[in-house]
Amino acid sequence: MSEKVKLPELEEGTEVFNVPFPKDKDLSVLKKMTPIIVKRQYLINYIYSYGQDSPFFAALANGRLIGTRCPKCGYTYATPKGHCMYCGVETEWVELPETGRVHTFTVCHFGSEEFLKETPFILALIEFDGVDTLFLTRLVGVDVNNPTLDWIGMEVKPRFRRNSQFKPTDVYFVPVDK
Amino acid sequence: MRPVYVVAGGVSKFAKARPDKTFQALVKEAYDYILQDLCIEHPKMVELIDGVVGSYFSDHFEYQLMAAIMVQDYLGLVPKPGHRVEGGGATGGICFQEAWKAVASGYMDVVLAYGFEVMSKVNTWKGNEFIALASDTTFDYPVGGFYSGYYAMMVVRHMKEFGTTPEQMAMVSVKNHKNAMYNPFSQAPMDITIEDVRKAPMVAWPLTRLDICTMSDGAAAIILASEEGLKKIEDAAGRTLPKVKVTGIGRGTDAMRMADRPHGDVPLLPHEKPEDYVGDKFLGGKLKYPGIHSFRAGRMASIQAYKMAGITNPLEELDFIELHDAYTSSEIQTYEDMGLCRYGEGGKFVEEGYPFMPNVDYRIDKPLPHKGKIPVNPSGGLIAAGHPVGATGLMQAVFALWQLQGTIGKHFGDETLQIKNAKRGAIHSHAGTGTYVTVSILEREE
Repeated sequence: MSEKVKLPELEEGTEVFNVPFPKDKDLSVLKKMTPIIVKRQYLINYIYSYGQDSPFFAALANGRLIGTRCPKCGYTYATPKGHCMYCGVETEWVELPETGRVHTFTVCHFGSEEFLKETPFILALIEFDGVDTLFLTRLVGVDVNNPTLDWIGMEVKPRFRRNSQFKPTDVYFVPVDK
Repeated sequence: MRPVYVVAGGVSKFAKARPDKTFQALVKEAYDYILQDLCIEHPKMVELIDGVVGSYFSDHFEYQLMAAIMVQDYLGLVPKPGHRVEGGGATGGICFQEAWKAVASGYMDVVLAYGFEVMSKVNTWKGNEFIALASDTTFDYPVGGFYSGYYAMMVVRHMKEFGTTPEQMAMVSVKNHKNAMYNPFSQAPMDITIEDVRKAPMVAWPLTRLDICTMSDGAAAIILASEEGLKKIEDAAGRTLPKVKVTGIGRGTDAMRMADRPHGDVPLLPHEKPEDYVGDKFLGGKLKYPGIHSFRAGRMASIQAYKMAGITNPLEELDFIELHDAYTSSEIQTYEDMGLCRYGEGGKFVEEGYPFMPNVDYRIDKPLPHKGKIPVNPSGGLIAAGHPVGATGLMQAVFALWQLQGTIGKHFGDETLQIKNAKRGAIHSHAGTGTYVTVSILEREE
């Protein structure tokens, strides 16, 4: 099966101030017209609060990775949750272990528009000893062109961006020997 | 609860882009198909319909909030009761079940359910961004939000735990694209090989472009009725109609963040035993469930729907399934959730031919010893028939209805996909890495 040969579609158009239309009174031809397609833009700035999750981002800015733990049952969340799913009580902040392991991963060769320019990149879920849930992150320092199931179980450690953007990508993971 | 009948359904032509019509007119296309099929004029149908449930996934795609009411007024069904439902990829399946509730509860006798999506208003990569906004936008989306990436991570874990292979996934792609060649409403009919699937551009390892559904424009509509409502429709149509009943309804959920899902025990179906998931073949000697490899919501939905329908062994008691194959991998994972095989055996299940149509030549150079045992996605599924999100679960209901009516030949203009003597089928609708899943059982009444 071969891909059709074609030029890429562009989203730039031409400004048009009028289009053809019948000059006479007979409008029956309008049913046979192709549609008019116009460009519309939608830009928004949100005032987005991290709420009870805010300390997680403050920790990343200071080179620390923290999760939450239920004071009642001890269930520990690698990705912070303000209340325990099982006990319903408010959780406490705890430091995550210094190393973890790759639980699963993928190499993205395409992506959402916002991340398309960063491809190929690796998404991975990290597991930690003594922690019940996982943590989604970028994995760097392995060959994106040679993914293998053997990466699962690989020991990894967090590394932090010096200039924090207050996003979960302020932390990423690398193999422990890198 | 009262018995609920699925009376008639219609779909639009599904395509990558339908700029010829607005979303209102796309739904009208599906709705008018019902009128033609029943030979009932619009004013009479308006008189018969007590209320409507409308569904579409994304205000972002539509560039319109409250789009469902705009459809309802375009169809001429105001000022009757109506509401919109939304639940990601499962939007259509939830819509079907909400319409069922309205009838089963005695609230209404005749309900129209319709769903639609127009995804072509943005390019594919912006569309993927919209879809990825249906993941936690604090912790997940900013890391590189991309649903194909999320599902790829899930199947990579499935491969590690169970030995599932990309070639087994490719067989699903070959099957569904080939089935779609006999479905004139389908978006992507293709006669392809396992090799074609593996050689297609890599999207998120190991999923290639042919392992993944594409953006779709389209609509679907379906009429559900009580016994009394069915009689009124039959009177208006001037003939008796095939009786297809909803005999089971199930719905499950799971945490939005995959990271939060537990590693516990499998909720068992009647034909399974706890020992099935203990032993050396599982990492650590015991299957940890659902983790990242399986959809707990799909299992919960199946348990409820089967219980209500009295199904104890789905492989033996269902004649076909239309399930949510947004990815070839998720079709394999869903065989297991729905209990067609044990967890971990989904790859082998497709390799042995179970979900293929018995009478279609797939050009697969393997024996397929159980070919045609339980056809899955005879219509072509999401991968090949189309996935206009809000319409998808209803599209499955329409195709399932036609199978049970024995009218595939009439609607598709070709008998190839008609499952012989189909008596009971299941439809399965699934949202965001398994957050909402619905399973509904449809049955022909003798």
